Amino acid sequence: MKIWPIFKKEMRLYATSPIAYVVFFIFLVVMGWFFSQILNYFAMASMRSAMNPSMGRDLNVTESVMRPLFGNISVILVLALMPFLTMRLLAEERQTGTIELLLTYPVRDWEVLLGKYLAVFGLYTVLIALTLLYPLMLAYFARLEWGTVLSGYLGLLLMGSSFLAVGLFASSLTVSQIVAAAWTFGILLLLWVIGWGADTLGGTWGKVLQHLSTMEHNDNFAKGVLDTKDVLYYVNLTLLALFLAYRSVEARRWKG
Amino acid sequence: MIEVERLTKHYGPVTAIKDVSFSVAPGQIVGFLGPNGAGKSTTMRILSCFMPASSGSARVAGHDVFRESLEVRRRIGYLPENVPLYTEMRVGPYLEFVAEVKGVSRSDRRRRVADVMDRCRVDDVQNRLIGTLSKGYRQRVGLAQAIVSDPEVLILDEPTIGLDPRQITEIRSLIKSLAGQHTVILSTHILPEVSMVCSGVIIINKGAVVAQGPIDSLVDQFFPTARVEVEIVGPPPAVRDRIRGISGVLSVEDQMVANGAARYVVEAARGRDVRAEIFKLAAQQQWDLLELRRVGMTLEEVFIRIVAGEEGGEAGAAAAEAGA
Ligand SMILES: Nc1ncnc2c1ncn2[C@@H]1O[C@H](COP(=O)(O)OP(=O)(O)O)[C@@H](O)[C@H]1O
Ligand SMILES: [Mg+2]
Repeated sequence: MKIWPIFKKEMRLYATSPIAYVVFFIFLVVMGWFFSQILNYFAMASMRSAMNPSMGRDLNVTESVMRPLFGNISVILVLALMPFLTMRLLAEERQTGTIELLLTYPVRDWEVLLGKYLAVFGLYTVLIALTLLYPLMLAYFARLEWGTVLSGYLGLLLMGSSFLAVGLFASSLTVSQIVAAAWTFGILLLLWVIGWGADTLGGTWGKVLQHLSTMEHNDNFAKGVLDTKDVLYYVNLTLLALFLAYRSVEARRWKG
Repeated sequence: MIEVERLTKHYGPVTAIKDVSFSVAPGQIVGFLGPNGAGKSTTMRILSCFMPASSGSARVAGHDVFRESLEVRRRIGYLPENVPLYTEMRVGPYLEFVAEVKGVSRSDRRRRVADVMDRCRVDDVQNRLIGTLSKGYRQRVGLAQAIVSDPEVLILDEPTIGLDPRQITEIRSLIKSLAGQHTVILSTHILPEVSMVCSGVIIINKGAVVAQGPIDSLVDQFFPTARVEVEIVGPPPAVRDRIRGISGVLSVEDQMVANGAARYVVEAARGRDVRAEIFKLAAQQQWDLLELRRVGMTLEEVFIRIVAGEEGGEAGAAAAEAGA
């Protein structure tokens, strides 16, 4: 198994190029800013409810702070930023020609792909782990429902794994990193909003669109609802994208 | 060690190589010679398992490049034409990565990397980013990654292209030092390189192999004559006629005349040495014999004859470049 050296090499390259740092920086700053805003808002609401107890029946930290953080904000951030992490994975190797050496080393194509995929997923996991800081801070002065928080994190990891696989596939399609990022962003955006058409369409197709929508599935995790169909959605999307990436690399070999 | 049979590759409508067949014996350094666009890189990409051929077959180190690609890739070192390296990695870690991917065991890895860095003389830049290295150093790092796993077969695509003369000499002697332990096929469009480095040559032109074999036998094959150059002071027409009268002489050409002396190129049947007879003839006729020497045929002439014979313009340019 030659996945490990590929993984290490990709990690080394992420560590020496600025893009990963920029993505980390933006992600954490924006998340932190939203976190503080939501927290402010929540503090105000709870103050008001303290003065007027009849209003504050349903006030819940997990529900009002963590759910929007997991639900929309992180999805937008992951959607907008992950293409910048995945775009280089294959496109850069193709552009610089290093793929010609990599694919003539005694390592199977799927090992190369898996090594690259696991590297970017590892990076993403670190990024997500850093945001644990926010719920930990929250837990210091409020009672958090850790089950819901963990489910939210599981959702983020699953969603990320599928997004990154889509990014890897897009990166296999072109020699241009920008084009790869644009494709990734486009596909993910479409998958995110595709559910909006569900209500007007109705019927079976409406259901299909709804099932295809990432938004639909991620919200369940954020709410703390674990459902196998949501898990399967992300796992399937990941496997499909990885398989397409594999076929794309194979096909490119034939074209030379 | 390398057996290629009727290899053909199409890029869409373009046929890059057609029915290419050759073989390379173990321990040899063979030059793969041809003008630009002849199909050298295409052939090497197939041999290195980077891409499959459209038809035909190739065996490298005893395995089929298509069906047992992984086995072949375990046994080769490849240096692509443009030396693509990870510019953002440092030399040492890069070579360790290559050694690991190529399956050099953990216990041997450090020693192997140190060894190739020493052999390719890149140890003084081992902590530099590859992107900051000069072309000559990058080429040597490229060679180092090719030999780091001590492969049976080395496939080097134009290893001296873009280097300055001193670097070219260094790389050539490095490659020469690999003979014996490795089988090397190196492509080039520069003729003298082949005579300097290789024991055998495969000449390819417009996607087809036009000649192959040990350099000497190729010269014999394409020039089945012995050539003598003489400089004589005497009446050119008479000199020409009398030399032509010597038995075994096939042709006489006078090249230039200066101060009454003319230079003649005499072609005789192979194995026939006409120098003594020319000497006696000159003495007898009381012509002054200023120079008399046998001229060796060079690979360059073979190349020009083969390539330029087929097409004037492009090959002429390649030959001119080769001569430079
Ligand atoms: N990827 C490609 N797509 C289309 N044509 C190509 C490609 N690579 C090479 N060719 C064509 O194939 C022929 C042989 O090219 P190549 O093998 O690179 O020659 P050499 O290495 O001897 O200069 C040339 O005519 C070249 O234009
Ligand atoms: Mg070439």
